Amino acid sequence: MAKTDGKKYKMKLEQGFVGACGGEIIHQILTDHGVDLVFGFPGGALIPLFDVLYDSDIELVIPRHEQGAIHMAEGYARATGKTGVVIATSGPGATNLVTGLANAYLDSTPLVAITGQVKSHLIGNDAFQEADMTGISRPITKHNFLVNSVDELGRIFTEAFHIASTGRPGPVLIDVPVDITVNRLEKPANLTMRIPGYKPSTSGHLRQIESAAKVINESKRPLLYVGGGVIHSEATAELRAVQEKGRLPITTTLMGLGVVDENDPLALQMLGMHGSATANYATQECDCLISVGARFDDRVTGKLETFAPNATIVHIDIDPTSISKVVKADVPVVGDAKDILAKMVNFIEPKERTEWLEQIAAWKKQYPLAYEASDTTIKPQLVIEKLGELTNHDAIIATGVGQHQMWAAQFYKFRKPRQIITSGGLGTMGFGVPSAIGAQFASPDATVIDIDGDGSFSMTMVEIITAVQHKLPVKFIVLDNEYLGMVRQWQEMFFDKRYSGTVHPCPDFVKIAEGFGAKGLRVEDPAGLTDALQELLDYNDGPAVLVVAVDPEENVYPMVPAGKSLHEMELGRLA
Amino acid sequence: MKHVITALVQNQPGVLAHISGMFAARGFNIDSLVVGRTEDAELSRMTIVVVGDEAVLEQVRKQLGKVIPVVKVRDFTNTENVQRDLLLIRVHAPAEKRPAVVDLVNLFRGRVADVARSSVVIELTGTEDKIEAFIDLVRPYGIRELARTGVIAMLRGGRK
Ligand SMILES: Cc1ncc(C[n+]2csc(CCOP(=O)(O)OP(=O)(O)O)c2C)c(N)n1
Ligand SMILES: [Mg+2]
Repeated sequence: MAKTDGKKYKMKLEQGFVGACGGEIIHQILTDHGVDLVFGFPGGALIPLFDVLYDSDIELVIPRHEQGAIHMAEGYARATGKTGVVIATSGPGATNLVTGLANAYLDSTPLVAITGQVKSHLIGNDAFQEADMTGISRPITKHNFLVNSVDELGRIFTEAFHIASTGRPGPVLIDVPVDITVNRLEKPANLTMRIPGYKPSTSGHLRQIESAAKVINESKRPLLYVGGGVIHSEATAELRAVQEKGRLPITTTLMGLGVVDENDPLALQMLGMHGSATANYATQECDCLISVGARFDDRVTGKLETFAPNATIVHIDIDPTSISKVVKADVPVVGDAKDILAKMVNFIEPKERTEWLEQIAAWKKQYPLAYEASDTTIKPQLVIEKLGELTNHDAIIATGVGQHQMWAAQFYKFRKPRQIITSGGLGTMGFGVPSAIGAQFASPDATVIDIDGDGSFSMTMVEIITAVQHKLPVKFIVLDNEYLGMVRQWQEMFFDKRYSGTVHPCPDFVKIAEGFGAKGLRVEDPAGLTDALQELLDYNDGPAVLVVAVDPEENVYPMVPAGKSLHEMELGRLA
Repeated sequence: MKHVITALVQNQPGVLAHISGMFAARGFNIDSLVVGRTEDAELSRMTIVVVGDEAVLEQVRKQLGKVIPVVKVRDFTNTENVQRDLLLIRVHAPAEKRPAVVDLVNLFRGRVADVARSSVVIELTGTEDKIEAFIDLVRPYGIRELARTGVIAMLRGGRK
């Protein structure tokens, strides 16, 4: 049956929602929030809602697995800053969202997840396809709701979008019993939000901002340590203004990559377990560490007792719970980074800090991120370096989780915010394929590349079918080392090379790509690498997969072994 | 160190689970947690006794504040306040021992709420210290059963 023209529902909704069914109300609130694309997978508890979407202007993308749907929504949200929307049916559909919810929660990604639920009167009876989704998702969402009646549906959806997208963003889940999507509203809906306890602080306290600036001005060896919060806050320009005025060197977390052009002399690249030696030495030597939108994750700090031992800590964050949770802040500033940095720049004094910057330049020269070249096997780092050059460091890069992810972070040399879409907090293998697809939906004209590992890719590669269906020109690069490489690296270093469970025989990914209807390419010889990458980049008729057989036992360096201090990193072959 | 913290919360299903789950997940050590109605039909008050140092307490306050249905958090540390815990206790008290037990109850301004052949149920309110002192004193008679509500608290001096 052909789609109708989409006007059918709007007419009823113009009359204060009276007479509209729950599904129509949901649809209208989505439309009012500018949603034009949702990722969802059908099921019994969703049939009435999907029936409404059948007549809608909102595009409904059907993945092959609900985990794919939610990672697509995350990729979409991360690429745009808009709230991603995902829909899954009750029971197994909803539980398939769990990894994505936890992922979005830890990486502060704005999402609204709508789950179908069994009929209201069956809740609590172990009904068919019943799962207690509000219970399951409570610790991994910013907030969640179980809708009790069609009267509160509009208000709850309004609150959900507000909560997901403001303050420290995050996923909000709404569990909607199927009868409520069918029931009709009898009296006009009241959409006024009732969340008196939710008042995210936005503007920073001026006196704190002044104190922070004073500490920075007085410091001889300051260092900016910047995380994903600056990207969520769209505060890159304000950050750059502070940074340039104070001549502040800057290191970023994995989530903060792109807030500064990594080719800039003051950019020290990523810090932490696999950070650059320069960034880690600078962290240990600085006398003032200015954290903006970062949260002192253990992968960043290494051994806490000796982290940044000489530094006065300035901590700017919108989430008060982040401040002094791990490292005690000497000057805490709670609020939106954009507002705080815009005010702070007025108090920052221009300084040369020649000695410190010379020290940093010397480290950069002595310890660049590097690897041993080879003519016989393809080094994974080379693939990323070449890709950076061929795409002018300007593509949107999604990743899986593992060694390839760290190499992507180290060698691509990002230039802009929202360029890297990677699973930071949860470290979710399988994030790359669907999040790249979500990003391509968000930016149809951008070059979107998933840099993946053979293990991560195998977990979600089925979503390439979705990319084929929508003719999306997403490019997938599989750095195939036939290992679960990151774990193998730990086994090599700390478990006597006992590769328990990490040998990972791979199928013919080219044939699989072709079977899905995508283009498949493979390269094994270093001499053919550039051409293969170029062929991948030039193909725009749909998704394409390039399998690169890389040196299987290459390791990621530098590496700060777990429990060691940042300056105790192992430099590997660089040393 | 024990601290009393209250959270004013919106009356919604799941709030208690949310807060107790958050405490468990973050490894906060709680001594008691009481929920009850307030002067406002839409709000309940949770009174939580937390064990920990100032750093833990600061995280508890902030994490509570982050829970969306929590409208207001108050920390009673270093305030002038009234704290009350309610005790119900069944004590072994055959006829020959009963006068001595009742004497103790009177000294503590408690009440005998029920009398049976060989035991009494005593009701007592007060600060945790007072309640604990009383329990220690009746212990030699034989405690059959004991229930406490946990602490609720209010500021002194007309402030809300
Ligand atoms: C869903 C999930 N399961 C397990 C892990 C643990 N883990 C971290 S990295 C890794 C290996 C990843 O292998 P691959 O995708 O091939 O990347 P490589 O390290 O080889 O580049 C594993 C198993 C994880 N992060 N996520
Ligand atoms: Mg691998």
